[in-house]
Amino acid sequence: MANEQIKLMIEDLDFYYGDFQVLEGVSLKILVNKVTALIGPSGCGKSTFLRTLNRMNDLIEGTKVDGKVLLDGQDIYDKGVDVVGLRKKIGMVFQEPNPFPKSIYENVAYGPRAHGIKDKDELDHIVEDSLKKAALWDEINDRLDQSAMGISGGQQQRLCIARALAVNPDILLMDEPTSALDPIATAKIEDLIENLKEDYTIVIVTHSMQQAARISDYTSFFLMGEMIEYGLTDKLFEKPEYKKTEDYITGRFG
Amino acid sequence: MKSSKISRKDEIAKIKEKMIELFFFANGVLAIVVLIGIFYLLLSEGLPTFREVSIKEFLTSTRWNPVSYSNPEYGIVGMIVSTLMVTFGSLILSVPLGIACAAYLAEVAKPKEREILKPIIEMLASIPSVVIGFLGIVMVGPMIARIFNLSNGLNAINGSILLGVMALPTIISISEDAISSVPEEYKQASLALGTNSWHTLIKVTLPAALSGITAAVMLGMGRAIGETMAVLMATGNAPAFPKSFFGSIRTLTATIAIELGEVPYNTTHYYSLFAVGAVLFVMTFMINLVSDIVLHKYGEGEN
Amino acid sequence: MEKSEVNQDINQQVEKEVNVGQVKMGSNDLKQKIGFAILRLSSWIMLIILAVILYDIITKGIGVINLEFLTQSPRRGMTEGGIWPAIMGTVFVTMITAIVSLPVGVFAAIYLNEYARKGKITRLIRMAIRNLAGVPSIVYGLFGLALFVSGLGLGRSILSAGLTLGLMTLPVTITASEEALKAVPNSYRQGSLALGVSKWYSIRTNVLPYAIPGILTGGILGLSRAAGETAPILFTGAAFSLPRLPSSLSSQFMALPYHLYILSTQHHSIEKVRPIAYGTALVLITLVLIMNLGAILIRAKFRNSDR
Repeated sequence: MANEQIKLMIEDLDFYYGDFQVLEGVSLKILVNKVTALIGPSGCGKSTFLRTLNRMNDLIEGTKVDGKVLLDGQDIYDKGVDVVGLRKKIGMVFQEPNPFPKSIYENVAYGPRAHGIKDKDELDHIVEDSLKKAALWDEINDRLDQSAMGISGGQQQRLCIARALAVNPDILLMDEPTSALDPIATAKIEDLIENLKEDYTIVIVTHSMQQAARISDYTSFFLMGEMIEYGLTDKLFEKPEYKKTEDYITGRFG
Repeated sequence: MKSSKISRKDEIAKIKEKMIELFFFANGVLAIVVLIGIFYLLLSEGLPTFREVSIKEFLTSTRWNPVSYSNPEYGIVGMIVSTLMVTFGSLILSVPLGIACAAYLAEVAKPKEREILKPIIEMLASIPSVVIGFLGIVMVGPMIARIFNLSNGLNAINGSILLGVMALPTIISISEDAISSVPEEYKQASLALGTNSWHTLIKVTLPAALSGITAAVMLGMGRAIGETMAVLMATGNAPAFPKSFFGSIRTLTATIAIELGEVPYNTTHYYSLFAVGAVLFVMTFMINLVSDIVLHKYGEGEN
Repeated sequence: MEKSEVNQDINQQVEKEVNVGQVKMGSNDLKQKIGFAILRLSSWIMLIILAVILYDIITKGIGVINLEFLTQSPRRGMTEGGIWPAIMGTVFVTMITAIVSLPVGVFAAIYLNEYARKGKITRLIRMAIRNLAGVPSIVYGLFGLALFVSGLGLGRSILSAGLTLGLMTLPVTITASEEALKAVPNSYRQGSLALGVSKWYSIRTNVLPYAIPGILTGGILGLSRAAGETAPILFTGAAFSLPRLPSSLSSQFMALPYHLYILSTQHHSIEKVRPIAYGTALVLITLVLIMNLGAILIRAKFRNSDR
């Protein structure tokens, strides 16, 4: 692990919602081109933690962050940091598929357009490329101008992944991306994640331990706002170091 | 491997975003500016009245006769009493009817019935006040004259009826919100004790919605006090002190509407009408403020 | 053993209460029946009121409605001819009202729903809006007279009247726009921001477009109210009689509500012009109801096509 490259380095992160402390002293390394899964019972702070990585929590009033999140060595909570630019680097996929009520094409082209790309050919290229990366191109390339609201939930979620890829991020954050999907759609997304890690660093929150075991290289176990254990996924599930982790993965709570 | 250098803040983009926010903020603040502006202009145009008229006379005299050459008089008590008469008259009609209708819509009516009744009430609310006033002249007036054997029906009763009709939609819609937001558990608890739904409505639901209903009544009252055209057209407008509900009256609003069109600018008479406006503004403002506090006491959570 | 005794006790008690309940049931049921009947009657009285109003105006107004009435100016001291200048005056002044009120209303709503943080100023703005909604329309008239007509020197004109009505409808347009913005799912905002898109771009391209139908619906409802208002335009620009259409923003104008007021109270032979007054009332009500209907149709159309 030591000779792997570190993409995100989280140091002693606290997060408060009003007076309520949601995260306490979380330290974690996210490695380049690996899938890191965050697991833990609901309310343990794993989703909140994910959202501190692209500062989506800034949008909620009355929140406070202490500690550091270093992206390639640079603290994203530094005063001068351009949050909008940061989110270009760190894409996000949400729990519920949230396509915009536009055409499939416009959904993918939305980000690049917003960032100033106007050339039609270039946009076409980005859309095709992103949809291919998201393993959606073959299914829907004949109806790009149809509304994104009309495709299946699994396709919508892959469209949201394509939309995130279209702005060319380094990191992809996924917040329980399959919790609203059926098993077949879930399997497709899991395959996709497997392929995507060649180009992207992926952090995924999941409520399913099986999913974490299937797709992640590293797993991190959260409990009541604290990061309890972190390590190679195989090791964490087979030989957890801590009692609390063992209790959780053996299904004694949560 | 690509290293992601996060850009430092783009100062120009940042300033642009700030300016945009500031622009929207300015539009929001405009509401405060307009409210203060209204009050300021009413005062600045109204206060010169008191260079020639004592505040005491203005607020305590019952005689209003600004156009007299020898002895102009500026007492607004008659108008205030007139305004209060039609306002309370209208509430006698609209409060019981409005609350009954709201209770029915919120607790009893079937969805189909609501679908018919709600648009009807919305349509009633959208009828211009001048049309209501017109009907006061051509329909309600003659009716009153016939029933009470009067020479004409342009009086406080007529105004009360019209204002009552106009206050109804306000009272109904706000009371209905208040009644339907009473927690289901309260009603369930009452029903579980074996009481029937009528008993529950009267003893549990309505009392629990009382603050909202009070606010609704006050807003309806504010509407009635501030309404101009209906009372202007249907109450006769005799500038004398009102004698009874069967007599002609002249409200604060009607006085402004009748006289301001004809007075020369910057005369005491002109100023005095702004002073009347200021009194009207303060009255409605206080009522709205109180109902606002009642309605939003628990609504602080909204951003 | 003890437990079953307690249970028996409870059972007996329940039985007793049920019995008592049954004894009283009859009178309670009757009470409920009468009570609900009264409530239902109160509610359907609304229909009766509306029906009486519409019936009276339609039956007595329809007789004078013809092409001449709708397209000609009043003649012979308003005893003949039509109400064309009043119709168009109302249309024009309502358009000015829209131009004043809609943008400001939408902008203010964008601030409140998209930017505002909890705090004193936001609370104050909201309170001001609610209070503005309760300011009497005649007070807006006084305000318009002092500010636009004499203060800013715009004179009694269609512009002064439009500005006055615009400020008066502001609370309605702000509230309606905010409701419409609130109805846009938060996931559109988050989804856009998560792509590293700036806030304003997100609002402009991914929030506002989906709020437009709601804004229009509420906006038109507010404007329909403005179109029927008389008190705010009494001293800001409405003309007693004017055979022409307003030629510029500084012209005075005739308006349907003011015309109806004059026909029914200020005319020298009121009985003679009564049919014309009814016709004017019918046209005014029709205009207002058409605007309402339009608003409802817009709402219905977008509801169906979107979701």
